[in-house]
Amino acid sequence: MIPDAKIPAGPLAQKWQSHKARLRLVNPANRRKYHVIVVGSGLAGSAAAASLGELGYEVSCFCYQDSPRRAHSIAAQGGINAAKNYPNDGDSVRRLFLDTIKGGDYRAREANVHRLAELSVSIIDQCVAQGVPFAREYGGQLANRSFGGAQVSRTFYARGQTGQQLLLGAYSALSRQVGAGSVRMYPRHEMLDLVLVGGHAKGIVTRNLVTGEVRSWAADCVVLCTGGYGNVFYLSTNAQGCNVTATHRAHRRGALFANPCYTQIHPTCIPAHGDDQSKLTLMSESLRNDGRVWVPKDAADCGKDPASLPESARDYFLERKYPSYGNLAPRDIASRAAKEACDDGRGVGPSVDGRRLGVYLDFSASIARLGEPVIRERYGNLFDMYENITGENAYRRPMRIYPAVHYTMGGLWVDYNLQSNIPGLFVGGEANFSDHGANRLGASALMQGLADGYFVLPATVADYLAGVGLSGRPSGEGPEFRQALAETNDRVARLLAVGGKETPRSYHKRLGKIVWEQCGMARSKEGLTKAIADIRALREDFWRNVSVPGTGAGVTPALEHAGRVADFLEFGELMCRDALVREESCGGHFRVEHQDAGEARRDDAAFAHVAAWEWKGEGAEPVRHAEPLAYEEVQFSTRSYK
Amino acid sequence: MVKENSPAADHPATLRLRLRVWRQRPGQPGAFEEHELPAVPTSASFLEMMDLLNERLIREGKEPVAFDHDCREGICGMCSMTINGMPHGPLPGVTTCQLHMRNFRDGETITVEPWRARAFPVLRDLMVDRSGFDKVVQAGGFISVRTGSAPEANSIPVPKPVADEAMDAAECIGCGACVASCKNGSAMLFVGAKVTHLNLLPQGKPEAGRRAVAMVRAMDEAGFGNCTNYGECQAHCPKGITLDVIARLNRDYLAERVRAFFASTGKPRRGGD
Amino acid sequence: MGKPTLLGFLVSFPMSCSSCQCRGLSSLAKKAIMAVTGLVLVGFVAGHMSGNLLYFKGPEALDAYAKWLHGLGPALWIARAVLLVSVVAHVWTGIALAAENRAARAGGPAVEATRRASVASRTMPYTGIVLLGFLVFHLLHYTFRTVGADVAAAGDAGRVHEMIRLGFASPGVSVFYIVSMALLCLHLSHGVSSMFQTLGLRNERWRGRLDLAAAAYGWLIFLGFAAIPVHVLATK
Repeated sequence: MIPDAKIPAGPLAQKWQSHKARLRLVNPANRRKYHVIVVGSGLAGSAAAASLGELGYEVSCFCYQDSPRRAHSIAAQGGINAAKNYPNDGDSVRRLFLDTIKGGDYRAREANVHRLAELSVSIIDQCVAQGVPFAREYGGQLANRSFGGAQVSRTFYARGQTGQQLLLGAYSALSRQVGAGSVRMYPRHEMLDLVLVGGHAKGIVTRNLVTGEVRSWAADCVVLCTGGYGNVFYLSTNAQGCNVTATHRAHRRGALFANPCYTQIHPTCIPAHGDDQSKLTLMSESLRNDGRVWVPKDAADCGKDPASLPESARDYFLERKYPSYGNLAPRDIASRAAKEACDDGRGVGPSVDGRRLGVYLDFSASIARLGEPVIRERYGNLFDMYENITGENAYRRPMRIYPAVHYTMGGLWVDYNLQSNIPGLFVGGEANFSDHGANRLGASALMQGLADGYFVLPATVADYLAGVGLSGRPSGEGPEFRQALAETNDRVARLLAVGGKETPRSYHKRLGKIVWEQCGMARSKEGLTKAIADIRALREDFWRNVSVPGTGAGVTPALEHAGRVADFLEFGELMCRDALVREESCGGHFRVEHQDAGEARRDDAAFAHVAAWEWKGEGAEPVRHAEPLAYEEVQFSTRSYK
Repeated sequence: MVKENSPAADHPATLRLRLRVWRQRPGQPGAFEEHELPAVPTSASFLEMMDLLNERLIREGKEPVAFDHDCREGICGMCSMTINGMPHGPLPGVTTCQLHMRNFRDGETITVEPWRARAFPVLRDLMVDRSGFDKVVQAGGFISVRTGSAPEANSIPVPKPVADEAMDAAECIGCGACVASCKNGSAMLFVGAKVTHLNLLPQGKPEAGRRAVAMVRAMDEAGFGNCTNYGECQAHCPKGITLDVIARLNRDYLAERVRAFFASTGKPRRGGD
Repeated sequence: MGKPTLLGFLVSFPMSCSSCQCRGLSSLAKKAIMAVTGLVLVGFVAGHMSGNLLYFKGPEALDAYAKWLHGLGPALWIARAVLLVSVVAHVWTGIALAAENRAARAGGPAVEATRRASVASRTMPYTGIVLLGFLVFHLLHYTFRTVGADVAAAGDAGRVHEMIRLGFASPGVSVFYIVSMALLCLHLSHGVSSMFQTLGLRNERWRGRLDLAAAAYGWLIFLGFAAIPVHVLATK
């Protein structure tokens, strides 16, 4: 049975305010008696840890990086949405809410999304006060730009490094609390298990990545802000260390995993150069404001110098197919259109396995209209990055772009309070499933991470703590902790003992290839069925043939990677299974069986629900629960960006 | 420099390289280990080249070279290798992860070391402990604002040139190349960048002097050296942070010390409030 | 790391005093002391050089100037005190900073590469030590006049011009003076511009100009001071 989503009663626009007024509070003098564990130090984790610490709770924050400032939120480039309506172009909380629901292809919860749109305004205030150097107009006011999927300019930005600046803002708030002694920071610690006591989340097991020490930590509740699972695809725009381990381990302990098949493919990434590629680099979607996407009309022209092709030989396919949004069509639509062009044999760039996988993103018209200095001012760092990676100058020659996995909308199931079905286990940011439905709009990830961290979690965690009272914290010596510790140690020992010949990376690569081919931009029943079988075979092979040199004491990079790959090998199957059951196309999930001439066909009658998967043990079939999505204010409509 | 292949070429150009890599276990002296890499694609990044080496080591049952890396797109600041004596390698303005092998010559010997500074002790091989930077930020690298208590964002106008200058400083990724390149192991560029970013903005003004003094104290305690104005940090900073931020730190620090020296101590306080 | 050097000994010696207060001052405070005392010394060498150049006007002018200086009484002693304090503070902070920096560097990388740091900036402690040695010799030579009876006799009689000519008659002494002044030039070419940076009075736009001005100042001081021993040797 799926638990209650605890959506508050009342009119949509008042739900959060009235709910907040009813949440229980903890007496300031008692707060320091509660210990809260926050795992992850990205936007959601840093913001939550800082805010909870500031309120007076005893907070411990864990991250695998060497400093909380390095969490992958830092790589978000384009911007953060907020319904400030500074440009006076008709924006409002309601419009941001509607855009997000529509962008999510009617697969997100109305109440969560409305709260997100409401909080967007406070986020900007908070960040500005922290000293985030957002772009400014000459009058000193904040500047805005438009972003994919929106017809208003509501995106705040700090050059091409908005995520970095927001994270540094959250990190500075976190550091202030660490300095004040209210938050203890544990960098280079990876969470390897969740500890449940009496059905409540009361602790975690970590491995110290420097000493190799595996130990447990007891707390009154656990907050996971551990990011998404995009690295299941091996090649993605995620950082190398991003992993599903924390959420997958919580899933194995009983937390429901919601909508794992909702993955977002970002249309503007630098195409892969070869087999040794370790990651794909995103070029901010904001580039699409001034770049025009095209491929040659004739496949025979694909190897030619793009400058030699006249306008009449170019197919500006996004402008042709989606005249009102053009190059700013939402990510999934733009990505699929690029894939179709390349499948049609009209891709450009070097051929990898006999196929050219890339389309042009051409700035020549904007450079002619605005001048090179303006383009340089807007995107200089991105053009530099592109040249650095490809050796090509995009001021002179169109960029080549191709879609890559970028964000995962699925995540641990949470209720309106961001609490999972395990009491005391809260999940924030990309790690939960809550706000983006089947597809995320550009500049919304940063918004969600910070909304969860600064404003939602501090309120709802307090409500939980007030409910369980001061006697809730276990000693950390109980049988549950001993067992979790023993299981983790055992698993580490098993990985070290396989003694095979293949590297963890080679399994990761093979897994990535399977899910990218069968559970990427286009999915089919046949392909997904095959993928599930292939992943199982690969998993068995992994546990027979992987090589993990070292003893596990001290720094052991192969062990870290192997542990993450092992979890991806279990999780990848769940993702494909979810994609297989969802017999419709919506947002980032595109089933080739469900389309009208290339356009996704949703099935609202059968699939307007959240799919939440329950772990039933290794080798056992997981159970799918459905939480119906009830829309009070929004009418289903077919997304059209034509 | 090796010429990059044209994008349409079918076979990537490769290099034969000899690597001298620093290997070190905690509490033990380190040493260089030599490896031959016969075919490194010029399109690979430096870290992908290290991956090739590690893949081979793991297949041979040997422990891979430990090195810090994460985003691999030049923004997280985690990668940290001294390549042929230069933090982040020979190409100015990029991090190690963004350094591509097309910048090396066929047959070249490349020496790879960790960041070297007392304040950055080696944890393993090429990994160092940069927590000194976090301690400096914890001492004052923030604006004290409570969550939820912020005023309306546009109520604090910030002139565009000021916002731009603050952003120039805020681009610092905290990688530590400034410390590694400084012949004094000084963190002044990092601390200067933090102080400049926050002290320039109107939001940061109320704590500006206190911030500079607190962060300098933490910097000294963390064991970093002093600035003697070599300029190596600026020349090796992957984000182009300039010595201007150090001048500002110096100015704000000295102004605060002079101000505090002459400041009125005010009315003696009676206990309790 | 490792090998004992002359510099290592010289810098570690004052640091071995456990009761000294240098650790109590922040790195930036020490730098500021370095810069302010440096400024005093920069002003002093300019004044000293201008006075010296009266040498070329003839014995009367120079001897009269010396007499006037000595007639200043308490003002002269105040100036001397300021100079003495400046030199001591400059040397002491310089040694303390060099020692701290050496420790903070922890040996540096096995392969050392320099992208930008000038020779002058990298040799500041070394040029500083040689200049300190020069200063001691110079004071013994012309102020306390313990080197050479003829020099002492001329000086005691107020015949400064003659004293200078006698002092520089030895080619060895003259070459030592000229080399020291060349090192002073090097020291100043980094120090003068660096002083502005340390006091927070420099930016990227002005850096090039200040570097140029510092180098020009260094050369001016070198030429002004070196001209006298060169002239003495040439007209002996």
